[in-house]
Amino acid sequence: MDFEFTEEQLMIRQAARDYAERELIQDVLERDAKAEFPTRHIKNLADLGFMGMIVDPKYDGGGMDTISYVLAIEEISKIDSSVSVILSVNNSLVCYGIEKFGIEEQKEKYLKPLARGEKIGAFLLSEPEAGSDASKQRTIAEDKGDYYLINGTKNWISNANSASIYIVIAHTHPEKGHKGINAFIVEKNSPGISLGPHEDKMGMRSSDTHSVMFTDVKVPKENRIGEDGFGFKFAMKALEAGRIGIAAQAVGIASGALDRAIQYAKERKAFGTEIANHQAIAFKISDMAVKVENARNLCLKAAWLKDQGKPFATASSMAKQYAADIAMEVTTEAVQIHGGYGYVKEYHVERLMREAKLTQIYEGTSEIQKIVISRSLLSD
Amino acid sequence: MSVLVYTENWDGKFKKLNFEQVSYASEIAKNINTSVVVVSIGNVEETELKKLGDYGAEKVISINEIKLNKLDNQAYTKVISQVAEKEKTTILVFANNYTGKAVAPRVSVKLKAGLVSGVTALPSNYEPFTVRKKVFTGKAFADVVIKSPVKGLTLAQNSFGLIETENKAQIEKFVPELSDEDFRTNVEDVKKITGKVLLNDAEIVVSGGRGMKGPENWGPLEELADVLGAAIACSRPVADEEWRPHEEHVGQTGKIIAPNLYFALGISGAIQHLGGVSSSKYIVAINKDNDAPIFEAADYGIIGDVHKILPELISAVKEMKAAEN
Amino acid sequence: MKVLICISNVPDTTTKIRFNADNTAFDTAGIQWIINPWDELALTRALELKETTGDTIEKITVVAVGLKDAEPTLRKALAIGADDAVRIDAEPKDAFFVAEQLAQVAKDYDIILCGIEASDYNGSAVGGMLSEFLNIPSVSSVSKLNIENGDVKVNREIDGGSETLSTEVPFVAIVQKGIALEPRIPSMRGIMMARKKPLNVLPAVETEALTEFVSYELPPAKSACKIVDTENVKELVDLLHNEAKVI
Repeated sequence: MDFEFTEEQLMIRQAARDYAERELIQDVLERDAKAEFPTRHIKNLADLGFMGMIVDPKYDGGGMDTISYVLAIEEISKIDSSVSVILSVNNSLVCYGIEKFGIEEQKEKYLKPLARGEKIGAFLLSEPEAGSDASKQRTIAEDKGDYYLINGTKNWISNANSASIYIVIAHTHPEKGHKGINAFIVEKNSPGISLGPHEDKMGMRSSDTHSVMFTDVKVPKENRIGEDGFGFKFAMKALEAGRIGIAAQAVGIASGALDRAIQYAKERKAFGTEIANHQAIAFKISDMAVKVENARNLCLKAAWLKDQGKPFATASSMAKQYAADIAMEVTTEAVQIHGGYGYVKEYHVERLMREAKLTQIYEGTSEIQKIVISRSLLSD
Repeated sequence: MSVLVYTENWDGKFKKLNFEQVSYASEIAKNINTSVVVVSIGNVEETELKKLGDYGAEKVISINEIKLNKLDNQAYTKVISQVAEKEKTTILVFANNYTGKAVAPRVSVKLKAGLVSGVTALPSNYEPFTVRKKVFTGKAFADVVIKSPVKGLTLAQNSFGLIETENKAQIEKFVPELSDEDFRTNVEDVKKITGKVLLNDAEIVVSGGRGMKGPENWGPLEELADVLGAAIACSRPVADEEWRPHEEHVGQTGKIIAPNLYFALGISGAIQHLGGVSSSKYIVAINKDNDAPIFEAADYGIIGDVHKILPELISAVKEMKAAEN
Repeated sequence: MKVLICISNVPDTTTKIRFNADNTAFDTAGIQWIINPWDELALTRALELKETTGDTIEKITVVAVGLKDAEPTLRKALAIGADDAVRIDAEPKDAFFVAEQLAQVAKDYDIILCGIEASDYNGSAVGGMLSEFLNIPSVSSVSKLNIENGDVKVNREIDGGSETLSTEVPFVAIVQKGIALEPRIPSMRGIMMARKKPLNVLPAVETEALTEFVSYELPPAKSACKIVDTENVKELVDLLHNEAKVI
């Protein structure tokens, strides 16, 4: 057992922290207010190698382990989760999916520019009537011999507009249930793709979320990932990995709110003393800190299992569910500690609270995680 | 034996910091029964050199060579070291300014003298020779022992003060041994800075808040900044209401600054404002509300109408500055 | 030309300063060590020059005097872009000791950069001492460093202005604010490449320290605000001038 980070992991954490504290903080409030995509930051983070940090260097990635990735996502999320979700989708859903299950030609053509951050990826699974229940896909990819023809609508797609490479999950053989599903790499500029309006979200407002409509979109055969019918398994595997990123994001949101609450409690005075000296506040901070520490440890454990090549599906669900739920609790308490200041935007905690809410919803709601966790415990 | 002081000059004139160096050195000299010798490099009139005697210099060695008109660290080091050897110096006192920091370390190697920079007080002990300085950028003090027979110090500005004596200085000309080899840097251009002081670089910042009542009232504040050589800042509401440009906004969401002295004029001191200025060494608050939180953070305060106090403050500063020169 | 940056390992600038029980040593427990901010800016400038002056700069080396715990900051400097690193294996006792150690490495370089001071002991001495040990020119309080057609040009800050100088090489530039805008953040690629870059450890030379830090004291707690009467504004100026000594 060893709880020490390596020198390299610490260096990566510091690099992410430096970028967040120097750059992201500058315009995070403004981007949140205007729901403006962080174009400049994504370019800078790509130059620093964060967009493909866990991809093998032979595909132009950073070659870092999942622990380092978790530390980086946490640091960025302390300041700005709109940015970390863009990183998370690109790294742990899209890049991971192609690297792990794609063929050499797909990696050469798509993974490399994604890992370099020259292109951004999006993961198109959710539908108006199918969220995390991936087997109920209504988007159809009809086998036309040497190509597929995709028709249907995808909802709540992060990076939908900024991305140029999509991974689309669609049904090829609806009669075969989840065994008839496939995953495709689709270039966004293919004819027949159109975007719904920019979703006006509660939080993570500077990440771009849209619905995406497919009308007779031709996708070459060689863009299918894996064997025919592999799509459902692909989606599940990618989500397992993606959950670690979202867990780390939730840890970052919670720990960012905790830091701000501690700082405020030490500065703000009431009844002749700093509010930190009132037990009502001190105990709240203690409770928050224990939750953050727990969530972080669950998240690091899941990352460690993945790095060791061990099964991590249950661990990543536990991390994601717990971290998301405590992020909601901790940010709510942080707002409470700030009182009126917490309810206005300048102090950041209300934004962190809005961001926390999404971590309980996307990439599998907390309830879905509980299904995954309980099934792994109860199934024979 | 001697205590040797190197005094820089500015267009042939000395400044208070030079007299402070000499005062400091002569207190040390008294304690170890020796005398103070000053070395001056450059074209300085005898009447100016003699002023050093008023603070305890017994001998002033004046070196006036055209080649030495611009600072060359290596050449200056050679000159000062030659004087130190001639005068059998055991303690050297430099100022802790640009030139002192440039020359003292070199001289200390040449004379194998242990060096302590930014000394803030007289030695607390002579056996062993112990001096105090600030460390961790002002967060703590340290006592440092110099173990070598020859000792070097740079004296922190404004840390000691002036002590006048009845002493008269004897002026001596000296021609150092220098060769062309000693001059390996060449000053090609000099630029004097005029105009406004940048907020992040400023040692003094004068800042106005909503209590200033409106942009038309910034004149006196600008004048105060001007006489102090200070930069101008403002609180957030002032920037939000566009009384002042946004780049002057200091506070949690504006610039975070750490000057030596921060004037908060008509600023209540909301927590987000304090977050940006609490690293200031000293905070002066002027506000009519005696419950304003700024007074909790401030070192000095006046409770009253800023519009009435500012003109008085400006004239008091001018008076002090006039007495200084 | 070969460029050397002398690096000092200092506590993170946000560190709360504590001392041991009898106040004779700085308490390093839980301290996060960083590259001295001025040294990091020096490194940044060296990298900028290497990128913009063609083949003028053939190598950038970073050197530190320290025990094994100084290596993480050297490796960070490698990740940021230095070509190789040297650690001189000794506890840094004082500026004289450190400068003499550095001289053994610095003698092989053309441009030697030192930060104007370290943010821990605020000595402002190592760069100047090093130049004297090597008997080469030094320019202090350097706020700009350029290489024009192979010639070195520097700006140095003086009271109320600045000067432009040319200098022979080898020389020591003691750098301060302005030399570079912001330190660089290491990239993933840089961190990966740092694994393969050499970090050589040299034995210390026999020398002694001439000074010794014997005790420490924290400044007194912040006292209550001194209220000056409205009728006596002059007193405020007196206090600022004579007590606080800030104007």
